[in-house]
Amino acid sequence: MSDPIAADPLASAGSAAVLPLLEVAGLTVLLEVNGARRAVLRDVSLALRPGEAVGLVGESGAGKSMTARALGRLLPAGAEMRGSIRFGGAEVGRLAGADLRRYRSQVAMIFQDPRAHVNPVRRIGDFMTEALRTNHAVPTGEARRRAVDMLTQVGIEDGARRLQQYPHQMSGGMLQRVMIAAALLTGPRLLLADEPTTALDVTTQAEVMAILDELRNKSGLAMLFITHDLELAAAICDRTAVMYAGQIVEVRASPLLHSDPLHPYTAALAAARPDITRTTPRLRAIPGRPLSAFEAPARECAFAARCVHAGEICRVAVPDLVELDGGVSRCARARELRGQLQAAPDG
Amino acid sequence: MLTGETSAPRRGLARLRATGPVGIASAVVIAAATVLGLFGPLLAPYDPGLPNLSLSWAGPAGGHLLGYDFEGRDVLSRLLAGAQSSVLGPLAVVILSVTAGTLLAVTAAWRRGVSDTVISSGLNILFAFPGILLAVLAAAVFGAGLPAAAIALSIAYLPYVARVLHGAALKERGQPYVAALEVQGASATAICLRHVVPNIGPLIVAQATILFGYAMVDLAAISFLGLGVQPPTANWGVMISENKYGLLLGHPLPAVAAGICIVTVVVAVNLLGERLFEQAREARG
Amino acid sequence: MADDSGALVLEAAGLRKQFGQFVAVDNVSFGLRRSRSLAIVGESGSGKTTIARMIVGLERSTSGTITAGGHDRSRPARSARDRRRRGREVQIVFQDPYTSLDPRQDAEAAIDEVLRLHHGWPADRRRARAAELTDLVGLDTRQSRALPRSLSGGQRQRVAIARALAAQPAVLILDEPVVALDVSIQAQVLNLLADIRDETAISYILISHDLAVVRQLTDETLVLHRGTVVERGPTARVLDNPQHPYTQRLRASVPRPGWKPHRRRRADATADIEASW
Repeated sequence: MSDPIAADPLASAGSAAVLPLLEVAGLTVLLEVNGARRAVLRDVSLALRPGEAVGLVGESGAGKSMTARALGRLLPAGAEMRGSIRFGGAEVGRLAGADLRRYRSQVAMIFQDPRAHVNPVRRIGDFMTEALRTNHAVPTGEARRRAVDMLTQVGIEDGARRLQQYPHQMSGGMLQRVMIAAALLTGPRLLLADEPTTALDVTTQAEVMAILDELRNKSGLAMLFITHDLELAAAICDRTAVMYAGQIVEVRASPLLHSDPLHPYTAALAAARPDITRTTPRLRAIPGRPLSAFEAPARECAFAARCVHAGEICRVAVPDLVELDGGVSRCARARELRGQLQAAPDG
Repeated sequence: MLTGETSAPRRGLARLRATGPVGIASAVVIAAATVLGLFGPLLAPYDPGLPNLSLSWAGPAGGHLLGYDFEGRDVLSRLLAGAQSSVLGPLAVVILSVTAGTLLAVTAAWRRGVSDTVISSGLNILFAFPGILLAVLAAAVFGAGLPAAAIALSIAYLPYVARVLHGAALKERGQPYVAALEVQGASATAICLRHVVPNIGPLIVAQATILFGYAMVDLAAISFLGLGVQPPTANWGVMISENKYGLLLGHPLPAVAAGICIVTVVVAVNLLGERLFEQAREARG
Repeated sequence: MADDSGALVLEAAGLRKQFGQFVAVDNVSFGLRRSRSLAIVGESGSGKTTIARMIVGLERSTSGTITAGGHDRSRPARSARDRRRRGREVQIVFQDPYTSLDPRQDAEAAIDEVLRLHHGWPADRRRARAAELTDLVGLDTRQSRALPRSLSGGQRQRVAIARALAAQPAVLILDEPVVALDVSIQAQVLNLLADIRDETAISYILISHDLAVVRQLTDETLVLHRGTVVERGPTARVLDNPQHPYTQRLRASVPRPGWKPHRRRRADATADIEASW
């Protein structure tokens, strides 16, 4: 993908040749925390084109899981949502009844720990075919046939036998493949993947990512891939969005994320990882700890306190998103710092 | 979660204050019951054991705030004197069964394997005996009386305590911090006493309060049957038994007053126990 | 003290662990020298955690020997004194910072308990030593008096490290010490571990599946697959030029810019699903 669309919700008719499948504009979510209403997501804007894979990267408290939950209409009770989420043109927050069910069959979600999201006393076959039987009126026999077929596509050969098994009879990696198969059975157009490989071995992760890649290409499925692993997101997604303290701080074409980042946090995050190709005596650690959205200061850049490039301008107001080189950055000094970020001084 | 605050574990009165008005009220009731349990007979205005049949079932008059019971004894005095066996009896049962139950549960959980199987099997056998049945047995063997009844109940309650605590103890035992202490070379006893037991503490308190209620009612029932506290010793359960005809004869006060005493103490213990449990659970984070 | 930087501080020979019919660890041998760090790399089911547990005595080996500080520790300790001595030879930091601390104990109390266990020191000497340790791991006074629930994952791991160091072990086993931490915090803790090693000449055994962390912290690497050592050598060499097919596959599975995951051929994949669980 050589021309990524900006995360600006108003640019849907701009640089993109195709209408976005998903448009998130100014998404703000407030939750009751210790008796006060606090923001856990602040002004999140993002757009996905059909078939596109976008990574969402961040540390604890960045808001990436909350974003996925907002998109999946799975926000906790009492959460207040502002801004808009449009899927195929329709406002997701206002869907109800049959419309909502149809939305759910078009937007599938897979999670980090498959065991926490599957009923341990029901067989795999039951669980996999439920959506087809209930929401799409597919007869049981046909639903099972499709399930076996999908299991084969995710690399599970003896599908018929597996359908009869219970979740505890499968390993984590296999169960995650089953979850992917189940998610894809209804033919969704968008897959929300919340850290789907974090709990897996690295070789199993590679296998699962390859399966996802192949299936996505076959069906033109768009994907929002949430992870804390910057390298993973950059490797498998077309574009990557980086979140910090409940906000999007950068959106960039993945190949450029490491070589030409637009936000100091992205650069610092990449630099903090040990390098597998070189032995370095010390890492460039970021001082302090990641902030959650509700801890972020109201009138300055949330990252300023930990940023080696912070200046006066960073403490005046929360920076807006600026477009740069086809990407987006929420750094007040983004233009000034262009080209200098990957050579960050030792902190 | 990450609030940046220092919170040392709350101790003593601070924990009590944190249980709210209901917790504090319950604690007051329990304290009062304990004082009565210890000093009740000394506080009684009249002789609780002196019968006067001409005053039988007489209502409240003069200094006799609650009237007279079926034998013409002052009800208030009998309630105060009865507090001793009514409160201390269940307390003894709870202390015995919870201590023994904790010991067995933690030992079985720590050693696992054969010891665990043996202890669990032994407890399973005990499960088969209902408390009152054991008390009847004890009365038959040792003669009726509070000590025999209390011990019998303790044995009957033992498996319930142990079963609940066993699961929790197993979970603590499997935690990495226990493994870290083992690797340091700390002894099993030290780890169990200083770490495992305190961490299942809230559960122990919850069990103890539930059992207190059952013990109080069971002992009252045993006394009601004539196998526990023997007349003329005052006891709330015995008072209900002795004065039950009053309910039919239009003189409910003696039986009802005794019943209210039992209910009040049991409810207070349960309410406080619940709150302490919740508080400790939150404190763990 | 004489400079014995070449001395063997830990040696394992022919380690084997069997659970019923299942062989978790088979014929694993290695040696660790003073001030050096060894990585044991593998995925789930490789036996790496079992090896760590056998070394510290949480698991008993089916056969083979483990020697530390000149004493054999293949069989369970027979006395309290033995147990404590072993605690002063090898210590361990566990991977989950949320369950490796007693929730009712703050850092100072946890460290004090360890000091009381190993030394008959008076209270003020223990306090001073505890303060040194919390300082060494980068905890301030407020943090060392806070209960674990008020501390972040990174801070809890620091407490766990301080507690492990209180016994002044020659060998520290780090079982996936940063896997549960955010990337920016991982870097802080890894730097801390490197600093501690430089300052105290302690030897590390790092159990990890994260090859980049292995590179940063260790000199030598052992690669485990289904209980056996399939490759060993200097860390840089093993990672830059892996010889065994499994090591090569492991290395190739690490995401990096430009990386494209490939599905294994169906036959391999099925065999893998059944066996590699």
